Amino acid sequence: MKILVCAKQVPNTNEVKIDPVKGTLIREGVESILNPDDANALEAALTIKDHIEGTTVTVISMGPPQAKEMLNECLAMGADNAVLLSDRAFGGADTWATSNTIAAALRKIGDYDIIFAGRQAIDGDTAQVGPQIAERLDIPQITYVQDIKIDGRKVVVQRQLEDGYEVIEAQLPVMLTCIKELNNPRYMTVEGIYDAYASEIPVWGLADLPLDETKVGLKASPTKVFRSFTPAPKGKGVVWKGSPKELTGKLWEELKEKHII
Amino acid sequence: MELKNYKNVWVFAEQRAGVITPVVLELLGEGRRLADEIGVKLCAILLGENIASLTDTLIEYGADIVYTADSPLLKNYTTEGYAKVISDVINEYMPEIVLYGATNIGRDLAPRIAARIGVGLTADCTKLEIDPEDKKLMQTRPAFGGNLMATIICPDTRPQMSTVRPGVMQKSQPEKGKNGQIVKLQVALADKDIRTIVREIVKSKKELVSLTDADVIVSGGRGLGSPEGFELLKKLADAMGGVVGASRAAVDSGWIDHSHQVGQTGTTVKPKIYVACGISGAIQHLAGMQNSDLIIAINKNERAPIFGVADYGLVGDLYEYIPLLIAAFEEDALCLKQE
Repeated sequence: MKILVCAKQVPNTNEVKIDPVKGTLIREGVESILNPDDANALEAALTIKDHIEGTTVTVISMGPPQAKEMLNECLAMGADNAVLLSDRAFGGADTWATSNTIAAALRKIGDYDIIFAGRQAIDGDTAQVGPQIAERLDIPQITYVQDIKIDGRKVVVQRQLEDGYEVIEAQLPVMLTCIKELNNPRYMTVEGIYDAYASEIPVWGLADLPLDETKVGLKASPTKVFRSFTPAPKGKGVVWKGSPKELTGKLWEELKEKHII
Repeated sequence: MELKNYKNVWVFAEQRAGVITPVVLELLGEGRRLADEIGVKLCAILLGENIASLTDTLIEYGADIVYTADSPLLKNYTTEGYAKVISDVINEYMPEIVLYGATNIGRDLAPRIAARIGVGLTADCTKLEIDPEDKKLMQTRPAFGGNLMATIICPDTRPQMSTVRPGVMQKSQPEKGKNGQIVKLQVALADKDIRTIVREIVKSKKELVSLTDADVIVSGGRGLGSPEGFELLKKLADAMGGVVGASRAAVDSGWIDHSHQVGQTGTTVKPKIYVACGISGAIQHLAGMQNSDLIIAINKNERAPIFGVADYGLVGDLYEYIPLLIAAFEEDALCLKQE
C-alpha cells in the first residue's frame, strides 16, 4: 500500500500573542508544531503500515525551510520518506493555490492508494486544502474521519457528524481527512530520531513541479486579505471578592434590578 | 470572468433526512440583508429526494426563488453528487454570492465546489458586509484560534463564496404565506458520478444539546476537577431553564461529550445568560461565547482571562457558589422572562 500524508507546520496557537499596538501576531518565541489533526493523519498511515506488509508512508508539506524540523519529527515517528515543497513563489498562497501546488507534487509522486490529511490546521482552521487536493486529483474524499477499516481495495470509514456519524465506503484511491477522535498519535522513537536526522529531506521548488508561477502563491490566490485586526475586547465588567453567600445575594439583586430574571 | 454578469445571493439549503438544518434559516436572514443591500434577489438551492415540502419554509424565511434538485441519488449527502449538481447550476445561473453553513457537510462540500469552479472560499465567517462602493462582499473570520480577525475579499472571481459559522447570524421572522418562485432543475447525475457509498447514518444516542438555541448556558471547565461536577452544573442549568456547555479542557479530559463544547472548535453561542464555571477563558473559548448578552464567571483565580469578558465575575470556589445559585433560582421559581 502506498500512502501519502499531507502535513503542515503550525505555530502553537495556544501560545500566540498579539501585539496590542500593531495588531499583528508575535511569532517570536512561539514554538512550531506538527499540526494536531495531521498527527492523527500520520498515525492512521503508520497504523496501516504496522498491519499491511510492504506499505510505505511518505509525508508531504508545503512551507518555509524550517518546516524540515516537523518533517524530521514525522520520520522519527515512523514515516519512510518526506518531501518539502518550499519556494518563495509559493508564499502568500490561499487554500486554492496551496491545494494546486500540493496536488501537483502528489501527481509527481504518482502512485498512491490513500492520501491522508488532517481535517484542518490550527492556524487557518479552514478545512479546505484536503477536499481541494482530492478535487484536483479527481479522487473521492471523506472528511472528519473517526474510524477506518481497510478491506482489500476498499475502505469503510466513519465520518463524524454533529449528531452522530455516517458509515461510508469507497474504493481506493481516496483522500481521508482525520480528526482527533481517530487515534492517539505515537511518540518518536530514539532510533527514529537518530535515523531522521541522518537522512536528507528533498526540497522541491516551483521548477520541480509541472506548474507555472501564475498557478501558485499569492498571485494565483482568488482570496485576498483586505485587512486583519484583533478582536475588540469586550468592556470589562465587575469582579467581586467576598463571601459566596453575600455575593450570590448581590448578584441576584442585580439581575432582578436589571430585569434579566 | 465578467464580474457584472454574476447576480443574486444564494444560500445552500442543507437538509438532512428531510429536515432543514437550523443554520440555513440564519443564512437566509443574513442573505436577505445582503441581497437587499445590493438590490438583488435571494435564492435558495435545495437538494434531496422528495423535498418539495421544504420550499415553503425557505420562502417564508426570505428566499425569493428556490432552485430544487430532486433525485434518489441526492437522498443522502455525498460530496461528489452534491458538488456536481451545485457546480453545474452555479455555472449556469451565475450567482454573485453563495453562502453555506459551516457544518460538517458545508465544510466538506464548499471547498470541493470552489476548487472545481475556480473561485475563492472564505471559511467560518462570523461577519459579512457589502462594500458600499463596489458592492463586493467583505468576509470576516477568526484565524489563529480567534487571536486575529481577517477580512477577506475576492476581487477577481465570482461567485464569492463563504461558509458561515452556525449560531452567529440572525434569522428573519418568517412571513407566512409569502410568495416565491420555485425552479425545478434537471438533475444530470449518474451512479458513476458518486464514488462513495453511504452505508448507514447513525444518530448518537446521547441527548442532543442545542447550544445555539439555548437562552441560558451553564458551562464547566477544568476547574470542575471531575466529571461529577457536570451533574451539579446540570442542576443549575435545569433551575435556570438552560443547558450545559463545556470548555475544550473539560471535553479533552473526557468529562463530557464533545457536543457540549463551546468555542473556536466547538459551537459558537450567544445566549441571554452564560455562566462560566471553572473556565479560565482560553482565547478559543472566549471566541465562542463572548457575544452572549450577559456573562457570569466563577473562578478561583482572579486573574483568569474569563473575567476580562464577564459582566459579573465572582472570585472563589464554584462548589460554594453553585449550590447557592441553584437554591436562589429554585426558590424564586422564576424562569427567564419570555420576550
